[in-house]
Amino acid sequence: MRARTVNQKGWWLVLPVVVLVGFNAVIPLMTVVNYSVQETFGNNRFFFEGVKWFDTVMHSPRFHDALMRQLLFTGIILAIEVPLGVAIALAMPRKGVWASLCLVLMSMPLLIPWNVVGAMWNIFALPDIGLLGWTLNKLGFAYNYTRQPFAAWATLIAMDVWHWTSLVALLAYAGLSAIPDPYYQAAKIDGASAWAVFRHVQLPKMKHVLTIAVLLRFMDSFMIYTEPVVLTGGGPGNATTLLSIDLVKIALGQFDLGPAAAMSLIYFLIILLLSWVFYRVMTLGEESS
Amino acid sequence: MRRFGWLVPALYIAFLLLPIYWLLSMSFKTTNEILGGFTLWPRNFTLENYRKIFTDPTWYMGYVNSLTYVVINTVLSVTVALPAAYAFSRYRFLGDKHLFFWLLTNRMAPAAVFALPFFQLYSAIGLFDTHIAVALAHCLFNVPLAVWILEGFMSGVPRELDELAFIDGYPFWKFFLKILVPAIAAGIGVAAFFCFMFSWVELLLAKTLTSVEAKPIAATMTRTASTSGYELGLLAAAGALTIIPGAFVIYFVRNYIAKGFSLGRV
Repeated sequence: MRARTVNQKGWWLVLPVVVLVGFNAVIPLMTVVNYSVQETFGNNRFFFEGVKWFDTVMHSPRFHDALMRQLLFTGIILAIEVPLGVAIALAMPRKGVWASLCLVLMSMPLLIPWNVVGAMWNIFALPDIGLLGWTLNKLGFAYNYTRQPFAAWATLIAMDVWHWTSLVALLAYAGLSAIPDPYYQAAKIDGASAWAVFRHVQLPKMKHVLTIAVLLRFMDSFMIYTEPVVLTGGGPGNATTLLSIDLVKIALGQFDLGPAAAMSLIYFLIILLLSWVFYRVMTLGEESS
Repeated sequence: MRRFGWLVPALYIAFLLLPIYWLLSMSFKTTNEILGGFTLWPRNFTLENYRKIFTDPTWYMGYVNSLTYVVINTVLSVTVALPAAYAFSRYRFLGDKHLFFWLLTNRMAPAAVFALPFFQLYSAIGLFDTHIAVALAHCLFNVPLAVWILEGFMSGVPRELDELAFIDGYPFWKFFLKILVPAIAAGIGVAAFFCFMFSWVELLLAKTLTSVEAKPIAATMTRTASTSGYELGLLAAAGALTIIPGAFVIYFVRNYIAKGFSLGRV
């Protein structure tokens, strides 16, 4: 981003993008804002309600519960996927056929439609006829993800780890591949331990890609919808009802447009705020290097 | 420790393949066998599930529909992102940083938030249930991503290349198509790969914006699951087939995945 010349003609080049994304982002967002401040009794008649819906949502235990579940879910998967992804990337072969094979096999979960991921784990974990559920029950664990909240959570997290750890691993691997060999040779001459090499050579080089990995995983896990809906439908009870599942239930299930819109905006703002923090951290690193 | 290092990726890949094996195994079983009890591999091997998918238009048209809007979206996203990425990597202009961040915020917009307004917007302009509608809607998150990746690749191209071309008297568009685009061909491949990937796996918007004519395969699957009883074998076969386009695309970009990640910064 350095040494760029000031040229306002840049706007002409970004115009198509602005029009296309603006059309998709601004109009729907304005629709949501519009609903969030109005009450409707049907027949397309709307009444201005001010911040009533925001007040309702902010004080509703249902929203608080969904938000807590969401934060818990995102926290757990980040705590598992990031270290695991780095460990895998460190142990992966660097060159040759095996490296290509690893890359191709590991990318596979990323390219499976999300509802298929949910369906796949659904039949994989069925207690009576699924490979995972059957094995666990044979081993003596009473496992049934449609009845036990804990089993549902464990399955959900296993599914997300299965689905997305590869993304972290691929990013970390890309960071590692960018380290020139002389770095390792220098470390070897200095007699550095494996841990010291990791701490002082590999980790600093991976910092940038890892920030991107955390940012992407954070955003996407906060927006997760399809996989848990197909796997558990938010159940048992509301045990796995994450934010966007709850949102769709309110908006499309009960058609409560006002509260749903207010909740959408709050939800979007939370993601925006946290992502902005990540983004700042990321660009700060870029400027100082 | 070092000697057993290969065990980590090997075990991880085994973990990745287990559910995929189970899906494939289910797809070759008859409904009776599936519901009859646990079997580790298909005892009555059958291709009936696949035959049904390839002969029933409501099934195979799902794949055609999905691929249609994914390809339209990929071409559209990369095409509009190319000049924008160039502007972001070479020029400073009023509000460029804010614009860049605004683009990224759209990558963060949860599809659930936009599902209903999208339905109303595309109904209002008469595009509901067309491939174009889904392709345009997916631009919301794919265009910012493509801009981000391409910007990373273009910043890796020395500015001297531009200057030399302009000194040689190349007009802008000719420089762009003849020199810059070939120089970042790998980046375009990676950007296209990511657009393909995110458009192919997304379901919520695709399902909301279609009913019959442009119904994606994923929606066909969920609707079948609820209407015609629980035909697990058929669902498994349909699921297994959705893995193929992805595997096909990965094969082509396999040498660029890692490079693309680092240079393209995503």
